[in-house]
Amino acid sequence: MDEILAQIFQIGFFAAMIRIATPLIFATIGELFAERAGVLNLGIEGIMLLSAMVGFSAAYFSGSLWFGIAAAMAAGVLSGMLMGLLTVTLGLSQHVSGIGVTLLNSGLAFFLYRLIFGQPSMPPNIVAFKPVAIPLLSEIPVIGPILFNHHALVYAAFILVPLAAFILFRTPWGLNLRTVGENPHAADGAGVNVAATRYQALMLSGALMGVAGAFLSMAQFNAFTFGVISGRGWVCIALVVFGQWSPWRAAGGALLFALIDALQLRLQANSYIDVPYQVFLMMPFVLTIVGMALVSRNARAPAALLMPFRKEER
Amino acid sequence: MFKTTTDGPCRPAAFTSLMQRAAALLALTAAILFGAPAEQAAAAEKLKVAAVFETPIEEPWVNQIHVALLKAKAELGIEYVWSESVKSADFARVMRDYADGGYGLIMGDSFGAERIARRVAKDYPNVAFVFGSGIGPAEPNFGVFDNWIHEPAYLSGMIAGKMTKSNTVGVVAAMPIPEVNRLSNAFCAGAKEANEKVKCKFSFIGSFFDPPKAKEAALAQIEAGVDVIYAERFGVVEAAAEKGVLAISNMSDQAELGPDTVITGPVWDMWPTVKYAIAMVKSGVFTAQDLGGFSYMGKGGSYLAPYHAWEKKLPAEVKKMVADRTKEILDGTYRVNVDESIPQSE
Repeated sequence: MDEILAQIFQIGFFAAMIRIATPLIFATIGELFAERAGVLNLGIEGIMLLSAMVGFSAAYFSGSLWFGIAAAMAAGVLSGMLMGLLTVTLGLSQHVSGIGVTLLNSGLAFFLYRLIFGQPSMPPNIVAFKPVAIPLLSEIPVIGPILFNHHALVYAAFILVPLAAFILFRTPWGLNLRTVGENPHAADGAGVNVAATRYQALMLSGALMGVAGAFLSMAQFNAFTFGVISGRGWVCIALVVFGQWSPWRAAGGALLFALIDALQLRLQANSYIDVPYQVFLMMPFVLTIVGMALVSRNARAPAALLMPFRKEER
Repeated sequence: MFKTTTDGPCRPAAFTSLMQRAAALLALTAAILFGAPAEQAAAAEKLKVAAVFETPIEEPWVNQIHVALLKAKAELGIEYVWSESVKSADFARVMRDYADGGYGLIMGDSFGAERIARRVAKDYPNVAFVFGSGIGPAEPNFGVFDNWIHEPAYLSGMIAGKMTKSNTVGVVAAMPIPEVNRLSNAFCAGAKEANEKVKCKFSFIGSFFDPPKAKEAALAQIEAGVDVIYAERFGVVEAAAEKGVLAISNMSDQAELGPDTVITGPVWDMWPTVKYAIAMVKSGVFTAQDLGGFSYMGKGGSYLAPYHAWEKKLPAEVKKMVADRTKEILDGTYRVNVDESIPQSE
């Protein structure tokens, strides 16, 4: 047993946790901004898929990975604007609009891929992001290789969490955004443009989801394939609730989910006990749900979540 | 009637198609001039073949079927159309559209839509259906095939057993269904035959396509000491290349994913299956059969991918061992055991 534990809890295990958590952190923070402004963005899964495709294609043809990331963010921003058109301007059901955007984006991703690349029997690939070791810090024993030898986007995710918390809770724009999500009528009375704020939140949300999708096709893997997102977007929706709409807690949830996912993969490879593999695959989901039930009993969603805002209307 | 026997690679495709056009024209002219029965004109028409796939054709399993049908289109003078990403809800409708549209042979993969495909086939007794399936054929017209490529998987395992330095080989696979289990078990059995000290590790990613997850599963195995890894799914070769360990590919020749990483791997070739099914339909003798045997090495339905860059790097004794066993399999004197039990890491 000790031998198995030693086998599992290596440096690689924690590094894997951080790698798995990164796209979840980006997309979860993105979703969090949208929900804080009062819009549930169920387009997340499709936005991630389309961005994974757009980012990959842009990098494939330009040869620049960062141009790919920018293109993925642009695709995310456009999808966010579409989401805004449906839920803010037209005031349609957020559930239906979100699922609609996911279906549209998924279809579009494969359609465009087929138009651009035809039907290759082997998926075309790019030279993906390489881990960048941070000088000095990466040489610290144990912590160095775990934290400071990653893709550049992983560091960006580290920075994103405090930055998001700062923007939400310490800036006027963040205050406006939260007010719009809690009480749009009061915000409107105070002179805040509710529609514009929600659009901005959705565009930011789309951009972050775009990075998450592009991370999967450009850093974690080096090609766009179907199944590259595989429900990770839906996991992020749950993580926002798990995190009680706080960036710190949501990022913690993403790390916990990633920890258990990394753990189950190692248990599978080291298992001497006859446990059905489904038990392992289930672990991250089950434990996140259990954690959510325990931690989030007092969670309170933004009061105006799911509610369209129309001026002069109660 | 003019009969096209152009299934060999010896005749250029352009010539074939010209011959067939000429034949069709002749038949048509004859029909108009002499009022020949309509069925005679129809017999000269190209056989229309359709395929219905549940996934995009990039899915490796489906791709092998698709590639073989494209080859049939080029070489056997058939018409070929396909529908991809057909979900269960649409499966019956798409199949019926083809069956009603004069398609004589409908192929596809039916694992997720097994019952639907079988039900539709019953309504069209004059149309031949040949589907990838883990269960048996159904009279009168529902034939099945499957990827019986455990033989080259076994050969790959023998190479892995010889090439591992840590005496640990691994398999990263989709999920423990019979199609996957028999390849994984054959790989492990081959490794153990070549090197009795070998231990095998198995990981399942729980889906058929999730390369980032497959890559993480592979990295976890490499940390656990695996140094030759069988990439049953996409995503594994990338991990092996990153960590400098060796990989065995699966389903098609994937050396280009990592010329220094991928030694070889089982290749599934649907050509013998497709060719046989089309020949049966064309000659009007189609019956519901299990065509799984056409995926065996003996029929050319599977083989070990070329060594490419490893031609020079692989030790001569390993190559000889594999060549000897290949010959025994082709001669029918050695049978690779089919073990569909769920493999367990050791």
